[in-house]
Amino acid sequence: MSEKKTKRRDFLFTATTAVGAVGAAAVVWPMIDQMNPDASVKALASTEVDVSSLTPGNTLTVLWRGKPVFIRRRTQKEIDEARSVKMEELIHPEKDEDRAKNPEWLVMLGVCTHLGCVPLNDKGDYNGWFCPCHGSHYDTSGRIRKGPAPWNMEVPKYEFVNANTIKIG
Amino acid sequence: MKNLHKLFSILIIFIVSSSLSIAAEKVEYLKTDWSFKGLFGKFDRASLQRGYQVYTEVCASCHSMKYLSYRNLSEKGGPEFSEAQAKAIAASFEVTDGPNSDGEMFTRPGKLSDKFVMPYDNVKAAQAANGGAYPPDMSVLVKARGGGVDYIYSLLQGYEEAPSNVSLDDGVYYNKYMYGNKIRMAAPLSNGLLEYGDGTSATVEQMSKDVTTFLMWSAEPHLEARHQMGFKAIVYLIILTVLVYFSMKKIWSRVESEV
Amino acid sequence: MSDHDYRPKSKVGQWFNDRLPLLTLANHLTDYPTPKNLNYWWTFGGILTFCLITQIVTGLTLAMHYIAHADMAFESVEHIMRDVNYGWLIRYIHANGASMFFLAVYIHIFRSLFYGSYKAPREIIWIIGIIIYLLMMAAAFMGYVLPWGQMSFWGATVITNLFSAIPLVGEGIVTWLWGGYSVDNPTLTRFFTLHYLIPFLILGLVVLHIWALHVPGNNNPVGIDIKKPSKDTVPFHPYIVIKDGFALLMFMIVFAFFVFYAPNILGHADNYIEANPMVTPAHIVPEWYLLPFYAILRSVPDKLLGVVAMLSAILILAVLPWLDTSKIRSAVFRPLYKQFYWILVADVLILGYVGAMPAEGLYLLIARVATAYYFLHFLVILPVLGFKEKTLPVPLSITEPVLGGSPNFAAARNKESKIE
Repeated sequence: MSEKKTKRRDFLFTATTAVGAVGAAAVVWPMIDQMNPDASVKALASTEVDVSSLTPGNTLTVLWRGKPVFIRRRTQKEIDEARSVKMEELIHPEKDEDRAKNPEWLVMLGVCTHLGCVPLNDKGDYNGWFCPCHGSHYDTSGRIRKGPAPWNMEVPKYEFVNANTIKIG
Repeated sequence: MKNLHKLFSILIIFIVSSSLSIAAEKVEYLKTDWSFKGLFGKFDRASLQRGYQVYTEVCASCHSMKYLSYRNLSEKGGPEFSEAQAKAIAASFEVTDGPNSDGEMFTRPGKLSDKFVMPYDNVKAAQAANGGAYPPDMSVLVKARGGGVDYIYSLLQGYEEAPSNVSLDDGVYYNKYMYGNKIRMAAPLSNGLLEYGDGTSATVEQMSKDVTTFLMWSAEPHLEARHQMGFKAIVYLIILTVLVYFSMKKIWSRVESEV
Repeated sequence: MSDHDYRPKSKVGQWFNDRLPLLTLANHLTDYPTPKNLNYWWTFGGILTFCLITQIVTGLTLAMHYIAHADMAFESVEHIMRDVNYGWLIRYIHANGASMFFLAVYIHIFRSLFYGSYKAPREIIWIIGIIIYLLMMAAAFMGYVLPWGQMSFWGATVITNLFSAIPLVGEGIVTWLWGGYSVDNPTLTRFFTLHYLIPFLILGLVVLHIWALHVPGNNNPVGIDIKKPSKDTVPFHPYIVIKDGFALLMFMIVFAFFVFYAPNILGHADNYIEANPMVTPAHIVPEWYLLPFYAILRSVPDKLLGVVAMLSAILILAVLPWLDTSKIRSAVFRPLYKQFYWILVADVLILGYVGAMPAEGLYLLIARVATAYYFLHFLVILPVLGFKEKTLPVPLSITEPVLGGSPNFAAARNKESKIE
């Protein structure tokens, strides 16, 4: 009899504690989630860019989600350079064909994958980009070739809405 | 226990007397059944959509709604236009953007992320266009008026011929629900003023109800989420309270047996 | 707290505890002998701790999104209400939390008044409590300014202008408070800074409040001194913890009702209109918890004396332990005091009511009578009552219903000499 009683008591305390813990956890979530991007930030998640004025060999830098995006209209020479590289030579092997579906246009996040600085245009040992912070060299496809950065510069989701407009995001 | 009794009787007398005296001062507002009141209150989607139509075709020529964005129109708990509809609504407005690379401002069709376009550039311009009276921003209007939705609903239907002892200046109208009865806004609604897409007959009463519902949502866009979460939270608290109550009884039974 | 010879069981615990006796503190807090006859009015200490923590946590998260600038404050609050994830929930908890905090603190104070908890040897607890209450009012007032609505602006104008009543330097002080010639952006930013600071001051004082409580131990409904630990006490954990928890949950149900179903009922509609220095709302009223003092302020026709009366109404509480001359703590054994206590409760409620009404005609007359009675209660009735009142016999202990015990003072003296 008494054993039964203790068991029931234990169950009651366990249930109370468990239900209380669930509630406490549920209260913590809003306090954490409030720091995530809010609705107005998410609404700006995509941006449309007019690229009609961009001539070959030039780069347009636009702000998207608070970060610079490089839109490079490449010359034939740059395209040939990027496409002739052997995969074995790359630190982070990626085909240029995959990075630039339309070979004339390269769209990528202008953020060095090392520690987040913005690389400089037309600089470095590979005629692409050079990050002044810690000396990472990128080629004409935005791939890392030399220096501490571990990956190629990221290609965001984008599409040509029409011949002159790129929608990023 | 006797003390508790006293305290409660004092409180009850207090509350009753204060509510009586408040009621004595207030005008009786027109009543209607609001779907968003109560424990599970929700907005009537169709009414919200019609209300948006009334706002945009009637009110928006003078009243801004600066805290709302076009994306809100397709968000959950609101009018819930489809995203395509909301995009089309946004695109029907000209939005000033810029500066462009030449340093000039330009206009473009609105996007979902844009705020509602304002009828006037600033308060002064609004006053100048309305004989010195600023048509208030409507984003939180319902919460900014003591009578809330009932007040707005009544005001829209409260235009009357002024009694003979009241003289009105030019551009001032008589409204029996307005504070002081004098209002600078001419009666904005009239029967058949607009044509509802869903075939509802656009009477003054119907339009008042729809636009007031829309204003309630614009002031409290998360009202539905609040009601839903509130019900869950209170049910949860009651369950936990019961559990804690029995735990407490168990724990305290040790002392009582000891004494 | 000198009666602790607790030693942790583990070696690591001992090593740590010798250097920083946190475990001794934890042991003290769990074992703390608490009178077992505490009723539910005693649970409001724990509820208030919950309120403070809730306000601090929700306040910190709101501060991550709020912009303390006259041009952007109102908009940033709307941004919180509309766009921030759960922003509406956090803001409504914070706004209603202030009201719940005051509701709890008033019950806590009036419990103390009824059971004589402010009397020797607990005067310091009481005085710290009054300081906390003053800081709460300051924090609440400044917090109400932050949304930068019409009531924020005009409330700030009216309250800061109180200081202009001070002769000679008043105007200078007001200008200094504003950082300008009216309530404006500099005022808002400094109010935000102070509103952020004060809760942490309160937190520090709460630690002192509890520390001071743990020296003599809790008062109790019978109001007699108890031997501790004894049959009259139970350890704080689990007995009081679970009881406080139960009361807290009941409190939270009321709290949740306001937050989810009537979040704006305690506020004022005008505060959803953005601040406008050109237009004063027809009827300026403070939040409900400040109404009794507002009524006292308005009941005096002189500017300076009105401010003095309002401040005195609060500060008089600080000397209450010496105004009340009775040797018996609990109103249970003071039949006359008990009557006057309930008259005081009604008086304060009446003051709160007329504080919300226009200051004219009958309301003003009632406010004046109620104000006069408020001071009469503390300055005349309480001191005289201590000498004149015929008290009922007090039991010797909580467990033994033996009547006719000695008054507390003698008992306390006895015990002290034994300890020394």
